[in-house]
Order: sequence, then C-alpha cells, then structure tokens
Amino acid sequence: MNLSLLILLPLLTAMAILFSNGLKQIRVIGLLGSIAQLSLAGWLLKLYLNERAVGNTATYLFESNYPWFSALHINYHIGIDGISLVMILLTSLIVVAGILVSWTMDKLSKEYFFLLVLLSMGAYGFFISLDLFTLFFFLEVAVIPKFLLIGIWGSGNKQNSAMKLALMLMAGSALVFVGLMGIYYNTHTFDIVQITQIGISAGVQQFFFPFAFIGFGIFAALFPFHTWVPDGHASAPTAASMFLAGISMKLGGYGCLRIASLMPDAAHHYAWIIILLATIAIIYGAFATMMQTDLKYINAYSSISHCGFVILGIGMMNKTSINGAVIQMVSHGLMTALFFAAIGMIYSRTHTRMIAQLGGLLKAMPFISTVFVIAGLCSLGLPGFSGFVAEMTVFMGSWQNPNGVYRLATIISGASIVVTAVYILRATGKTIMGPISNEHALLGDATWNEKLAAVLLIAGIVIIGIAPFLLNALIGPGTDNIMLQVGKAITLK
Amino acid sequence: MILMMINNFFILLRQELVITAIIFILLFIKLGKDKSNESLLHIINVLLFVNLLIGFLPMMEGGLFNSMFATNKLIVLEKNILNFAFWIISLQSYAWLKTHKHVIEFYILLLSSLLGMFFLLSSDHLLIFYVGLEMSTIPLAAAANFDLTKRQSSEAALKLIISSAFSSSLLLLGVSFLYGTTGTLILSDIGSHLSYNPLQIFAFILFISGFAFKISAVPFHLWTADVYEGAPIAVTAFLSVLSKSAVLFAFISILYKAFASLSSMWYLVLIVLSMATILIGNLFALRQENMKRFLAFSSIAQVGFILIGISGSSHQGSSSLIYFILIYVFSNLAAFGVLSLVSALTGKESIQDFKGFYKNNPTLSWVLTIALFSLAGVPPTAGFFGKLFLLMAGAAKGNYWIIAIAALNMVISFYYYLRVVKAIFMDENDQPIEKLSIPIYPKIAIFICIAGIILTGFLTVVYDYINSLSISL
Repeated sequence: MNLSLLILLPLLTAMAILFSNGLKQIRVIGLLGSIAQLSLAGWLLKLYLNERAVGNTATYLFESNYPWFSALHINYHIGIDGISLVMILLTSLIVVAGILVSWTMDKLSKEYFFLLVLLSMGAYGFFISLDLFTLFFFLEVAVIPKFLLIGIWGSGNKQNSAMKLALMLMAGSALVFVGLMGIYYNTHTFDIVQITQIGISAGVQQFFFPFAFIGFGIFAALFPFHTWVPDGHASAPTAASMFLAGISMKLGGYGCLRIASLMPDAAHHYAWIIILLATIAIIYGAFATMMQTDLKYINAYSSISHCGFVILGIGMMNKTSINGAVIQMVSHGLMTALFFAAIGMIYSRTHTRMIAQLGGLLKAMPFISTVFVIAGLCSLGLPGFSGFVAEMTVFMGSWQNPNGVYRLATIISGASIVVTAVYILRATGKTIMGPISNEHALLGDATWNEKLAAVLLIAGIVIIGIAPFLLNALIGPGTDNIMLQVGKAITLK
Repeated sequence: MILMMINNFFILLRQELVITAIIFILLFIKLGKDKSNESLLHIINVLLFVNLLIGFLPMMEGGLFNSMFATNKLIVLEKNILNFAFWIISLQSYAWLKTHKHVIEFYILLLSSLLGMFFLLSSDHLLIFYVGLEMSTIPLAAAANFDLTKRQSSEAALKLIISSAFSSSLLLLGVSFLYGTTGTLILSDIGSHLSYNPLQIFAFILFISGFAFKISAVPFHLWTADVYEGAPIAVTAFLSVLSKSAVLFAFISILYKAFASLSSMWYLVLIVLSMATILIGNLFALRQENMKRFLAFSSIAQVGFILIGISGSSHQGSSSLIYFILIYVFSNLAAFGVLSLVSALTGKESIQDFKGFYKNNPTLSWVLTIALFSLAGVPPTAGFFGKLFLLMAGAAKGNYWIIAIAALNMVISFYYYLRVVKAIFMDENDQPIEKLSIPIYPKIAIFICIAGIILTGFLTVVYDYINSLSISL
C-alpha cells in the first residue's frame, strides 16, 4: 500500500470542505473523510499483520522513497513500523471522535473543520516519515492549525493561550532544527535508516541530543517546558483539546523516542536528567492538578503528569519501559480525548466547567456522566482500562534498572498514582454525585454523535485494557529495533 | 563582422533594450493626446507582461563593450525575477494609480531604476557597476515623493537620497582604493590581485558598508523604516523587494568573484552583520503599529537570514539565496498587494485597522495570512524551505550556535507575524474594514503570488534549476 494515501486523504477532505457550503454539508464531508481515514488505518493494520505473518522482518514496511530536494539530500521517504502504525490508528480514531463532537459547531464551521483536517494531515505525515526533514516539515505543519483553532474558537483567555502555545511549540521546533542540522552535517543525510547505519560519533551525539530531545520534549510537555499545556488545552474548543492532547502531544513523545534511538549514546549519557525531569513532571503535574477547580485545567495538568510517564519510559531505555512509553502514549491519547469530550459535552449544556458549580449530573445526563467516570477511572489506572496497563508496563520496565536512584524515581512516580486517585475521585464525585441544581436538572443527555464518539474511544481504552498483548505484539518489533541500536551503543563502550 | 557585433548587441542586451523601448513608448504616449488612466494602465501592464515573456526566450552567454557588460543564464534568471516582481507591483498598484495624475512619470522613473538594476547585475567592471547602482537608486528618490500631497512622502524622498548618496560615496571610496591597490577595475581580475593588505581590507570594509546601506543591514538600517512608511506603497514594495533583491544578487556575485581571496575575513564580517541585523530587525518589528513600518523591519530581519546563508557554504549559499529571494518576492508582494488595496480603497495602514478584517474580507485575510506565514517560514508555505535552506547553508561551516540563535530568532519573528494574524482573525472591532471590491489586475497579481507561495516548495525543479546555475567561490 502506498502510505502517501494517509496524507492525500486528509488533503482531499480539506479541499472538499473548502468547496462546500453550510454546516450540514461540511460536517458530513468531514465525517466521511475521517471515517475513510479510520478505515484506511484499519486496512493498513490488516496489511501490516499479513506482512508480519508471512515472515517479513524488515524494520520498516511499505517503504517508498522519492527524491525531494536531491541537491540537499532531502527525500520524501516514508514507511512504518509497529510504533508508527499504532500512532496512526490512534490519530484516526481521535479524528473521527473529534469531528463527531464538533457536530454543531456553527461559528465559521468551514474554517473549523478545514483546520481540524489539516492538523490530522500533519500528524499522519509526521508518523510515516522516515526522513528527518520530512518529519520536521510535518511537525511544523501541525502548529498553525492549533494556533488558529484556539485563538478563534477558544474560550477564556484564548488569544494569550494560543500565542503562548504557538511560540513555545515554534521554539521547540527551532531546537529540533538545530539538532537536525548537527545530524545532517555529520552524516550528510536526513534519512533515518541511513543514519542508523552510518552512526553518529558519541561527541556529536552529546552536543546535539539536548537540542533535539528538548525540542521534541516541549511538544510532549517535558518539565519545565510544559507551561503551554494547561492554558492551551483549557482555552481550546473541545475537538481541538482532544486533538492537542490526543495527537499533538504524541508528536513530541514519538519524536523523543526516535531521537533517542538515533542517538542512543547521548540518551544514555543524559538518562539521569531525562528521568529526573520526568519524575518532577509526574509529581508536580499530579499535585498541581489537586489545586485546580476547572475541569479542563484538571485534565490538562493531569496530562503533564501522564506524559511524564512517556518520558520516564524513554529515559529508562529498556524494552519493557519503551513498550510502556508507547502504550502510555496511546492510552493517554484515548483517555484524555475521552475526558475532554465529556467535559465539552458537560460544558455545552451547563455553560460552566467549575467543579463548584456542578453536581449531581448523573441524574440529568446519565450517559455523559458514565463516560466521565470511565475516563476518570482510566486516568487513575484502574485495572481493565488502558491506563493501568500502560503505567504498569512503565513501572515494570523502569524497575528493571538496577540503579538505586532510578528505582527511587520509579517509586516516587508510582506514588503519584495515589495523588491521581485523590483528584480524580474528588472531581468525579463532586460533579456526578450529590444534589443537582434546578437549572441543571432539566438538561438533556448526549446526542447520537456524542454517544458514538464516546463509544469509539471507550472501545479503544477497554480493548487495550483487557488485551494488552495485542498492542504489545504490534509494537514489539519496533522496540526491538530500538533496543538493537541501544545495545550497539552500550557494547561499543 | 560588424553584422555579428550588431547581432550580439541586440541579443545580449535584449532585456535592457526592451525596457528602454518601453520607456520611449511611454514618452511618446505622453507627447500625444491625454488618455484616461485606465486605458494607459491597460497598455502598460500588457507591455510589462510582454517584457517579462521576452526574458524567457532562449538566450546567449557572452560579453559586450570589452567585457564590461556580461550576461549568462544566472544573470538572465535574476533579471527575470526582477521583471516578474515589477510586473506584479504594477498590477497591484492599479487601484492607486487609477486616480493618480502622473501615471506615466511614475512608470518612467521605476523603469529607469529597473534598467539600472539590469546593468548592475550584468556588470563585470566597477564603472558599469557604479553607474548601474546609481541609476537604480536616484529615480527612486523621486518616486518615493509620489504621494504629492503628503509631507511624509517628501521626507521619505529626502532621506532616501541623502542616505543613498552617503552609501554610494563610501562605496566609491572603496572602489578607488581597490583601483589604487590592484590597478584594475575589472571585477573578475581584482580577485587575483588581492591579499590581506591593510588598504585592501579597508577598501573591502568601505565596500561592504556601502552594500549594507543598500540592503539595510544593521547598523546601516536607520533610513529604512522612515522611507518605507513615507513612500507610497507601490514604491515601498519596489524598494523592499526589487532594490533589495538586485543589490543582494550583485553583492553575492561580487563577493564570490572579486573578494573570493578574502573569504575567511568576510565570512566573519557577515556573521556579525547578520546576527545584529536579525536581532535588531526583530526587536524593532515587535513594536510597530504601522503595517509598512512593520514590513520594513521584518524585511530587515529577512536580510539577516540571507547574510547567514551567504556566510556559509559557497555553492549552497548562493543557490539558497536566489531561491529565498524568489520566494521572498512572492510572499512580500502578496502582503504588499493586500496592503496596497486596503490603503488605496480605504486609506488605512495601521495594524489596528486590520482588527476584524476577516469578517468582511475573508479571501484577502487568508492571502495576507499565508503571505505572513511564508515570511515567518512556516510550512507548507515556500518561505519554510527558503529560510531553512539559508540556515542549512549557514550551518555548513559548523557554526551551530549561530544557527541556534537564528532559529530562536525565527520564534521572535513568529510573534510579530502572528500578532497581525491575531488582529485579523481574533480581535473584536466595531467598525471593521468594509468589503472591498478588488479590480481584476490586483486579483491576478495576488493569485500568482499565492500560487507561487504554495507551489514553489513542492516543485523541486525550481530549486534544482537555480542550483544548477549557481556560482561558488
């Protein structure tokens, strides 16, 4: 299969949206386009499994390579391994859900759906790129839609949040760019496969790794560069929040993982810093969430904490922990998207997100409340949902590291789960249970589109929670390959 | 023999002759009966289009007048870029010129300036070089004064003429020192006579200061903002796109041809200049309220990026420079196109006036936004490729810290471009600019610019072609 379809399909959808009129037409096109994306991703999964089943052990499947700027050795080189496939599946699922929850967006609806689809195109392009320049191109393509989505359709202090987000992400990509330049002028290629073969000397790695890693880290809410996360997520309209947390932050995590596998030496060298920052993010995020009174802020701060696990898993650099990091990315993507969807549904009815003004919603809107509780339980890591599997895997992986300090970091991170339980239970308890105010009692429950969106996301969460081995089998070869690089680096020493 | 010489003369000087012919045609029209502005503008725009097409006819390489004048594929490409930019500016200023009293004079001034640029680009001798340079700047001082009723406009003209006279005198002093120490004025010969002789280094410094004035690199930038603000938008666009591009083209070819042997020195000079230019340009652009001043400072910052590209690897540097300038022409002219429409139809030029612009003018808003994103270097616009290739060329020498500073400066510049985008899309305004009816010519111009911004990055032929022509040290 030609992977370019994954870029072409959103592009065509976006064009079709440009040439259509009226909310009804636009949203139908958007939905059809996103369902097509989902089916394409599903089909890709089938093809991928077929290839693996017949014994194709190549690192990357469905590769194609076209010269782009041949004088500068820039190629449009695409291909996927299990990790990118999982990310693509996650993206397509969230896009469908995001379009569904925006069903009644009547303010500038054409622009809104256009930007959502454009954002998804950037994400697909990013996940399939095997050329660092192409990867960088798509990374930045996804920034502008976020700025406009938050700034135009957002709420609260939306202009500042949009500006902050755009500038911080741009600073992130500027750092990534410097890292890429270092890689390019030491290997004379942007091609990930070739760079792996050529290898980068340890000194060069140690100089450029911080640039690239911190650059991608900003996208993944690496402490102390996480400050765009709460404001950005809280100000964004519902679908944009879902995209931000579900897709966009994953660009960062995925990028960090790729950089760590390209420069394993440096990743080892700086592992203690990465782990330290990740642990701080986990703990700080959890405690900061306790202080929040706005539902969106709660979810946004808890995202910092949860994304800390991704960074922690990458920092620990062993097979289990990296598996855990990838599972955590998927799980966090689905779970926060679900959470934001639920918050959006509540907000659109009650017009408030403050916990103090809510209560007893279970009586008026049982479906939405259930969704809200499920998202919460997944967030606090209840067995049976994906959150448990992901965090458990990260802990198991990081515990394998015999170094005492790393174990301490693991224990501290593990303790954050208790804090998570406190704020999640408090938030759900106050909003869902208790007496309901008179004006809220008359509000209606979820409509069909909202139900469908929630069911899709919950299905993903539950499948991973009950049958994690499916996901593990999928990403296994990808992490094996990364471990191979890391192994080489260690044996060289 | 004589026949061949005449033949050569017409073929090699083709583009210059066509422009001269157009100037004469305009003079004859002026002598004849008064025509309405509209029919005049139709004629002129068609003539300019023909002029543009003639540039693409098959050409010859060679020299004239004892090789004082030389032309080759690269130079023709550069001239075509300038021709193209001029045609676009002419299309865009339709709305403004339609009611202006002195259309023909306006075109004659700008065309003479363009002619000067052509000689500048083709010069292989410092005399022709100097004549070309002066010919390209002096008419602009008159053109800058073309908003006849505005005091600011004549202030702009005075500032332009004084600063350009000053910079020319610096350059001329440099030229005379060069002549004194090398004994030749032929550019391709100077290089072999250069060493790190103090007088030659002094000459070089004078030379580079003269250039820095013309491209408004910091600390020689102070005239830029005032002149840009006071001049009519068409002239501002001409100054910021054509003048700058022409001088940069000439700059790189002189650096590579004449000063190649001093390269280890000018490399450092360029780094210092570029850092100062980017930083100061950015910091001043942050606080501008007038759109023209804003674009003036943003174009100063852009020049800083160009200097980084030149300072790095030679071949890649020169191809990325030409590539960037092509893209800069598209993006800057798209922005100026919207500004000139808004200014001609409503008289508004401040960023505040653009608040809520999206409400009544969605298409123009998107055009301006895409143009600004391209200037900021955001994909998928072509500006992204242009800027990154410059930085890549700069990184070739291994100055990663310089590249890091430049890349972070891109973030600063991102802020002020986004500020305008924010005003357009997000800010509330009780009285946003009303729906503008756009005449057909500006429409064509804007459409071409936007197509260029979106497509140039993906049509790799463009870069490959430029790269195949570029010169190296």
